[in-house]
Amino acid sequence: MSELLDIATRVAGWANDGEQVEAFVVHETETEVRAYEGEVESFTRAESQGVGVRVIVDGKQGYAYAGTLDDTALQETLREARDNASFAEPDEFNGLAVPDSVEPASLELWSDAVGAFPTEEKIALAIELERAALAADTRISGIESAEYIDTAYESAVATSTGIAAAARETGCYVSVYTLAEADGETQTGFGFSIGRDPSELDPAIAAADAADRATRLLGASKPGSERLTVVFDPWVTAQFLGIVGHTLTGEAVLKGRSMFADRLGDVVANPMITLVDDATDPAAFTASALDGEGIATRRTPLIVDGELQAFLHNAYSARRAGSSSTGSAVRGGFKSGPSVGAQALTLLPGTQSQSELIAGIDNGFLVQGVSGLHSGVNPVSGDFSTGAEGLRIRDGELAEPIREVTIASTVQRLLQEVTGIGDDLQWLPMSSAGVSLVVGDVTMSGA
Amino acid sequence: MLDHELINRTLSTAMRTGGEFAEVFVEDKRSSSAVLDDGRVEELTSGRDRGAGIRVVVGDTTGFAHTADLSEAGLSAAAEAAAAAARGGGGGAKVVAVSPIDVERSVPVRIPPEGVAKATKVGLLTLANEAARAQGSAISQVSARYGDSRRRILVANSDGVLAEDDQVRTLFSVSCVASGDTGLQTGRESTGRTVGFELFDEADVEEMGRRAAERAITKLSARPAPSGAVPVVVGPGGGGVLFHEACGHGLEADLVGKGASVFANRVGEQVASPLVTLIDDGTMAGEWGYFAIDDEGRPAGHNVLIQDGVLTDYMWDQLRARKEGRLSSGNGRRQSYQHLPMVRMTNTYITAGHDDPEAIIADTDSGVYVAQLGGGQVNTATGDFVFGMTEAYLIENGEITDPIREGNLIGNGPEVLTRIDRLGHDFAMGSPGTCGKDGQGVPVGDGTPTLRVTSLTVGGTAA
Repeated sequence: MSELLDIATRVAGWANDGEQVEAFVVHETETEVRAYEGEVESFTRAESQGVGVRVIVDGKQGYAYAGTLDDTALQETLREARDNASFAEPDEFNGLAVPDSVEPASLELWSDAVGAFPTEEKIALAIELERAALAADTRISGIESAEYIDTAYESAVATSTGIAAAARETGCYVSVYTLAEADGETQTGFGFSIGRDPSELDPAIAAADAADRATRLLGASKPGSERLTVVFDPWVTAQFLGIVGHTLTGEAVLKGRSMFADRLGDVVANPMITLVDDATDPAAFTASALDGEGIATRRTPLIVDGELQAFLHNAYSARRAGSSSTGSAVRGGFKSGPSVGAQALTLLPGTQSQSELIAGIDNGFLVQGVSGLHSGVNPVSGDFSTGAEGLRIRDGELAEPIREVTIASTVQRLLQEVTGIGDDLQWLPMSSAGVSLVVGDVTMSGA
Repeated sequence: MLDHELINRTLSTAMRTGGEFAEVFVEDKRSSSAVLDDGRVEELTSGRDRGAGIRVVVGDTTGFAHTADLSEAGLSAAAEAAAAAARGGGGGAKVVAVSPIDVERSVPVRIPPEGVAKATKVGLLTLANEAARAQGSAISQVSARYGDSRRRILVANSDGVLAEDDQVRTLFSVSCVASGDTGLQTGRESTGRTVGFELFDEADVEEMGRRAAERAITKLSARPAPSGAVPVVVGPGGGGVLFHEACGHGLEADLVGKGASVFANRVGEQVASPLVTLIDDGTMAGEWGYFAIDDEGRPAGHNVLIQDGVLTDYMWDQLRARKEGRLSSGNGRRQSYQHLPMVRMTNTYITAGHDDPEAIIADTDSGVYVAQLGGGQVNTATGDFVFGMTEAYLIENGEITDPIREGNLIGNGPEVLTRIDRLGHDFAMGSPGTCGKDGQGVPVGDGTPTLRVTSLTVGGTAA
């Protein structure tokens, strides 16, 4: 770890007078084992590293990266970032993060057990996962993929403005995609189990979930179109929150790409909605003590009892908004600079179980899966339309499976029309937690 | 890119423990981009990433390792790791000797982007921005992006193949936000080709800015999209995404081989309307999904997948083709040297029909006209797919009328293919796309003439 920080600090130290330099350095190892028909289908050992350098001079910003960390590459990258900056236009708010008074949370995200886990056991886990999924239900006809993956990720960021931060984390998971068949019809399902170290993995749960997801849709038909109440399964809610989180970033707000831009202090959601972003929560798989600029992450309530209270900021958007960073700089690797994003979003859970929520619905749709979130949801206008599948709700009970429909509304309306939140909060392998969510007056389009 | 003797030694190392097949994939990729947003050239980014991925196959097991260290020591370590990962048994030494194959590139790059001044690239952004904003005060935000990449690859394998390619791509896009009483709307326009900076001999960035702006402004007065099944006419170039999702992915041999495709075991059958001839063609010079060799060293192919509605073949990569005792169709692709190749589309299109496009609309009493599609997603095992419409209108009494708001359309691939009842003579390629599969993105192109689907479910909110 200190080696990466040494590299980052060295590059930041090459800053000229009147120039700000930031270096972000990463190193990652990954093992991936895929099982198929009781054998190893593929075994990948990957080790990758890279550096991203940001230069700001006279308010102008440039960025460059390289996939190698030798001194020649580092110097070339800095030179290139400098050259790039000279062609940008100045922005008075450009500037790197500066240390603030918030102490990084103490999180234990690294486990030596990942590195020590023997190869044979990784293989055994993947093969066992496939076997368990096939055995979970007689209607499981095949496995599309069954895999074990572990990663060890280390990063460091240093700036000429005094940031010097390093972090490391391990993670591992098993995941399986099943095919179920009955009466000549095929359906698919997935299941997973995730942990910081392999002892936390449970292939039996992953296999059972994948079998359940695939078989519950067998015999599904396409219904007609109507307006009804929907219940989002936790998995679906987490994806929806991801979209909401995007609209609440300082980046979207300041550049006029958020429908919530001038709504601070307004009631934008049903009063039962309290939405918080908190990467210091150790239960979140995306937990992190530091953001992408090396600033301590912190708990930021965004919507409280339906009222919009805050936006997320990195150093740039905070400065431009006259606010302070919420430790929300996020990076998608070393090939681009930091943007603003939610890291661990969660709704305050309710007190009813999913079946209790369903018991109160006469005519509804339990949405267990959505598709086309990237093609049918516009986070700027709020238009929301996705493919959906799941189970019909009739007279408070789950009824027949339905597929090949869409559900549509707008992000704004969905937040207002929430009428119930479950007690089944669960962290999922994305930057938000899932919970059952009841939303009224959604259009289902079918035959 | 690498000395042939070094390649031979690396392959021999990879085969030492009983490998049946070994491959070295070397990649050296340079990219540069520039973004204008909020009225300002915000940032330029450039970078280089290079390394090698080494694959060893033993029986049904593939071992894979990659390294950014292209020295003899680095390659040797990766070859040993890949061989160990494939769990090779004893096996004797196998000497590998590769010989280069010559692959003709049908279009040489005329203006290498790396030789173009950054100021010139940045200038394009400013032109697009000004043109978009000049469309009216309703345009409240504009972003424009320029990007180019040069990807040099070398593939060598234990079958003796040695091939190289030099892939240059250039991309430009403009996105606008319009604001009005109805809230915010967006409009986008993009172009991308496997060519150099000569892209801009044809692509008019000001015109792109104007079109993106108009699209956003038009949508300010958009009505809610219909909800339910209606006839859908898709404009020229726009429908490629539909076929990419409705059947393209389902014709990839890896998914077919695992029974995860509704098109498995259907070669020779009528799977689509007789109007439909579907082709995947990596040889289409200059198109976004064009290349000389795929990422397994096979020359790009012109592959007829559906002929007059009859399924003729799937798309193949090396691994799947080897099992079937046939040749790869040149569809083995990977995102980078850090990834294993798999079966991927290139440029996928429907050949032109004979109908007058105006007549197709005029003959549609009521329905939806989709002028521009967004992305999509498919479950190949069930055939259910969605695709987004980013510019669409109502068709009323045979005429295109009001714009409608964005949303997804949903259908089932095998059903939709049989419901294509009109095909125009106005073929066009669509916008450049990035196809995602199993976490890997690769550039793909698509194209169609104007076409009509008798019934597709539109996911709007209007009764």
